[in-house]
Amino acid sequence: MEEDNMAKRESTFLNMFLALFAVTFIAAFTLGFVYELTKDAIDNSKIKAQNEAISKILPEFDRLGDPLKVPDESGSDTLEFFPAYKNDKFVGVAVKTFSKKGFSGFISIMAGIDNSGNFSGYQVLEHAETPGLGSKMESWFSNTEKSGQCIIGKNPGSHQFVVTKDGGDIDAITASTISSRAFLDALVKAYNVYKEKENEISGITGE
Amino acid sequence: MKSPVLPGNNLDVMDHWKNFSKGFIKENPVFVLLLGMCPTLGVTSSAINGLGMGLATTFVLLMSNIVVSLIKNLIPDKVRIPSFIVIIATFVTVVQLIMEAYVPALYESLGLFIPLIVVNCIVLGRAEAFASKNKIFSSALDGLGIGLGFCFALVLLGGIRELLGSGKIFDITVYPESYVTLLFVLAPGAFIVLGYLIAVINLINKEKGKK
Repeated sequence: MEEDNMAKRESTFLNMFLALFAVTFIAAFTLGFVYELTKDAIDNSKIKAQNEAISKILPEFDRLGDPLKVPDESGSDTLEFFPAYKNDKFVGVAVKTFSKKGFSGFISIMAGIDNSGNFSGYQVLEHAETPGLGSKMESWFSNTEKSGQCIIGKNPGSHQFVVTKDGGDIDAITASTISSRAFLDALVKAYNVYKEKENEISGITGE
Repeated sequence: MKSPVLPGNNLDVMDHWKNFSKGFIKENPVFVLLLGMCPTLGVTSSAINGLGMGLATTFVLLMSNIVVSLIKNLIPDKVRIPSFIVIIATFVTVVQLIMEAYVPALYESLGLFIPLIVVNCIVLGRAEAFASKNKIFSSALDGLGIGLGFCFALVLLGGIRELLGSGKIFDITVYPESYVTLLFVLAPGAFIVLGYLIAVINLINKEKGKK
């Protein structure tokens, strides 16, 4: 201990300047290096997660069109559309939509809409809802055995996309009405923007 | 916080073992020192979250303790805190990038709590109280021991909450969901379980002290 203390640098201006400069310089170098090292892996895992989500929620397709960014109703945020084609025929579109009304704020959902305008599936990409409650949205609304809570094959034109508690047609997750409202909010947003720009998004001819 | 300042020359195996093992029960950062409560209460809704957070913190503790101990003589006293913080923040960002790249699912579920390791008082506490006064090997053992003690606490807390609150442990169903008490995965459950665990650990330490 004592021998250690004896060697300690004094707190002079130059010593402090040099010590802090060296520490931050090495830190900056290390972080830049690690960032470069992990950059590709991070990008890849994001793209992989996105493509996996898209393939789960759309009818069979062989080609994805160029992603299209469309502003939402408020104009301040954008929804991303990934049109899918089979033999150059439009089969559906995956919509990266969101809601800010979740129990813990932001929820990001990839929703699939088929070429007849019905929802064909969804994947929750990002959420911070309560585990065991709101987090059930990952499977709740795709349970085809319970038609009251399932949104697959429905659309906001044919059904009221509002929880039954508020007078709608969709059964909310037990004890998670707020998360359910947010989920439906995101889907309705995706549907409305899609309907408005349907021709532009589907590209009709498949081009 | 009391820190064991050991003489630098005659460390034997017993002392090394003590440096390492004290983090589990005797000086457990969560149950005894009551440090790092924010991630403790925040991420322990499941055992796997607790484990991920615990291991990330262990890595940061180990590395920052080693580096702080290594450069302790080069850093003037007056600027030691900013230097330690920069070192800790660097390792946290390294962990964050690596987790985002290779375990994106876990990264998503821990979210904000990973960058918050920077301000986890356990990490800075060990740098200031132990690593800046001890040799590299002891500091590494201290960091590893305290880190694994933190990890142990989070997994225990997360495991109990997951078991009682969703009938699962590490996502494996133990009993049907209809018997669960949802309260335990919610915030109040964290406080209740933590309170009982602190009581149990204190009892164990008391019994040990008597002998």
